[in-house]
Amino acid sequence: MASSESLLPVSSQQDPLSDSRCDSIPESRRRRPIKVHLAIYSGFLLIALYVTLIITHGGSAPKNDVNDDTTVESRARLAGVSEKSNDHIWNLSNDLKGEAFAWNNTVLSWQRTAFHFQPEKNWMNACPGPLFYKGWYHFFYQYNPNAAVWGDIVWGHAVSKDLIHWLYLPFAMVPDQWYDANGVWTGSATFLDDGSIVMLYTGSTDKFVQVQNLAYPEDPKDPLLLKWTKFSGNPVLVPPPGIGAKDFRDPTTAWKTSDGKWRITIGSKINRTGISLIYDTTDFKTYEKHETLLHQVPNTGMWECVDFYPVSKTKDKGLDTSVNGLDVKHIIKASMDDTRIDHYAIGTYYDSNATWVPDNPSIDVGISTGLRYDYGKFYASKTFYDQHKGRRILWGWIGESDSEAADVQKGWSSVQGIPRTVALDTKTGKNLVQWPVKEIESLRLGRKKFHMKVEPGTVVPVDVGPAAQLDIEAEFKIKKDDLEVVFGDDSVEDDKEFSCETSGGATVRGALGPFGFSVLADQSLSEQTQVYFYVTKGKDSKLKTFFCTDTSRSTMANDVVKPVYGSFVPVLKGEKLTMRILVDHSIIEGFGQGGRTCITSRVYPTKAIYGATRLFLFNNAIDATITASFKVWQMNSAFIHPFSANDLGVPSST
Amino acid sequence: MKMVVVMMIMMVMAMVSEANMIEQTCKETPDFNLCVSLLDSDPRGSSADTSGLALILVDKIKGLATKTLKEINSLYKKRPELKQALDECSRRYNTILKADVPEAIEAISKGVPKFGEDGVIDAGVEAAVCEGEFKGKSPLTSLTKSMQKVSNVARAIVRMLL
Repeated sequence: MASSESLLPVSSQQDPLSDSRCDSIPESRRRRPIKVHLAIYSGFLLIALYVTLIITHGGSAPKNDVNDDTTVESRARLAGVSEKSNDHIWNLSNDLKGEAFAWNNTVLSWQRTAFHFQPEKNWMNACPGPLFYKGWYHFFYQYNPNAAVWGDIVWGHAVSKDLIHWLYLPFAMVPDQWYDANGVWTGSATFLDDGSIVMLYTGSTDKFVQVQNLAYPEDPKDPLLLKWTKFSGNPVLVPPPGIGAKDFRDPTTAWKTSDGKWRITIGSKINRTGISLIYDTTDFKTYEKHETLLHQVPNTGMWECVDFYPVSKTKDKGLDTSVNGLDVKHIIKASMDDTRIDHYAIGTYYDSNATWVPDNPSIDVGISTGLRYDYGKFYASKTFYDQHKGRRILWGWIGESDSEAADVQKGWSSVQGIPRTVALDTKTGKNLVQWPVKEIESLRLGRKKFHMKVEPGTVVPVDVGPAAQLDIEAEFKIKKDDLEVVFGDDSVEDDKEFSCETSGGATVRGALGPFGFSVLADQSLSEQTQVYFYVTKGKDSKLKTFFCTDTSRSTMANDVVKPVYGSFVPVLKGEKLTMRILVDHSIIEGFGQGGRTCITSRVYPTKAIYGATRLFLFNNAIDATITASFKVWQMNSAFIHPFSANDLGVPSST
Repeated sequence: MKMVVVMMIMMVMAMVSEANMIEQTCKETPDFNLCVSLLDSDPRGSSADTSGLALILVDKIKGLATKTLKEINSLYKKRPELKQALDECSRRYNTILKADVPEAIEAISKGVPKFGEDGVIDAGVEAAVCEGEFKGKSPLTSLTKSMQKVSNVARAIVRMLL
């Protein structure tokens, strides 16, 4: 007990009893009754302080075993909480293993992405209000104009004709009103029947209360939507009774109800139950709050960035947020504040009473074993309906996994994922599928095709030239004879409880995996990130496939988070194993089985950079030979730059 | 007279409950004794809610980082052979002061505690990196270990806000 205190920089330990209130009571020279009062007063004080002393110090009695129990129990609790989180990698003692790497500008500047959206510098997070209007896709982002960490948030703004080639515009909104003085935070756009846009967004007021505000384009004729007007009657919504002043943020796009009103939902929490509040409105200025909730799930904590939208059960296309009907399921998605994971669930929406019921309550929104858009680093995501091409597009915020010192040194933090189309998997009916928007193919330069047979325990270099900006599409087959052998062999144990995150990564060999690619590798494979399949023989002798990304050897640096990510991926009868990988310097996005399972990761190699980056194909299985057929494209830069007059002449891609 | 008695009783109750608040909070952290001593010794501790307690811890991180930077600066003259490690430590501790602490204060005050968690976790990371620079022969060990411990306690309290 004594040792930790001696290390403290705190000025001398103060015994609460020494707080000299008693001593400072002056001697009274006036009438006797006052003296009596004062005597009683000080008597009570003494008793009070004595009682307090007993109670506080009773709990911290220096019996070693009592304290140990307390600390062990709370460590276990913390460990339990951390394990749920994707960023659980900093262990509690914080001692770093391995070598410290002195980051220098050469190594750091390589990390900047070539075709992912990121501002020219500083911090970016969540993506409020994406939309398509008069020929331009608009992207707004939470931005800190002053630092490479979160803070001082304004709405950054960028436009693009094709979701890939972005042009920076001036800030759309800044904290210039009392109701958003402490932050212009996330929100959503809704198109009214006449085609005009309303934007609802969360403001943090001058008293730190979270409120919802209305804004709209100052000039609807301006396709660039440069200026925004805030409604003079803001805020339009304040935290309702029973909801915390700081638990009320991120309003959704509105949808039409069957009686012609607009309806929105806003995430919050009551104690540890994550909830989604429902409001109806006709003019976006006054609202009726429903007594019931759209949905709630106990023990999931605060729901941020709630998203609610319909998906077609039978067709591949996207649906406008107001669509409802027999052919439709509804998705609720929420960003879980305490685990930094975006979860979604599929269910049925009942318009008459504004409730939603999950298809499978055991994997309800926010349950740790439930579905995620992405099993890697991916948060605060949001969809919008792209009326231009009839699809629903998903944006995801990809933070850094390195130290803030490195972010400060390199001068920026965070990127956005490549926008993805999102739709219900019509084959399984039980999950969404996502895929990078087709427009990204316009960045492909050259193409190399490969067909390789890889024996167990082999790593094969793939000659593609520079390997930091790649698009890889691959198909894998396990040799049939090997599969039959594994199935027939009772001594090959069921891979009990395999999980990408906890089964040791890509160097742990099983009968039928892991196999896949080593990206951002150096020639000697001292640094590499593996994106791979791991196939297991399940209890019923059925094959079960997992799609994983192992970043544990991605860099020699030890002040970087390096997890193994991944999840089960459904593979239907007759399907080959397919994966797609986008590599763009410090970001890797993997899509398993056509986007049934997606994994985004951030990596910071120190050696596998510039001309030294290589690509390898590997098969670490013990018993199975793999055949891989794949194509690799070099990817051009998207040349994201500030908007200029020249850009008005940019033709739109079809 | 009755008023005085009532006020005394109220004061006792308030003091007892606030003392319990610190104790209850610190029980959920990895270092109960450190937590209690940091909060008890701060005049704001007696009337703070969980956010307030978290902000006190962030302030302790700030104070400790300032003290460590002073020590680093004095070491340049005393131990010139350690310049490279001291440079890296300087960078790391400046990050704590200029990035981590302001981020944590803003995030906790505004009710988006997860960015506060990022800031306090990072304070521990930067301290660990600095310590590692000396390859086992660090002149800053007691300070860097303190920072790691305070960061762990701070993180536990910030997580209670999530």
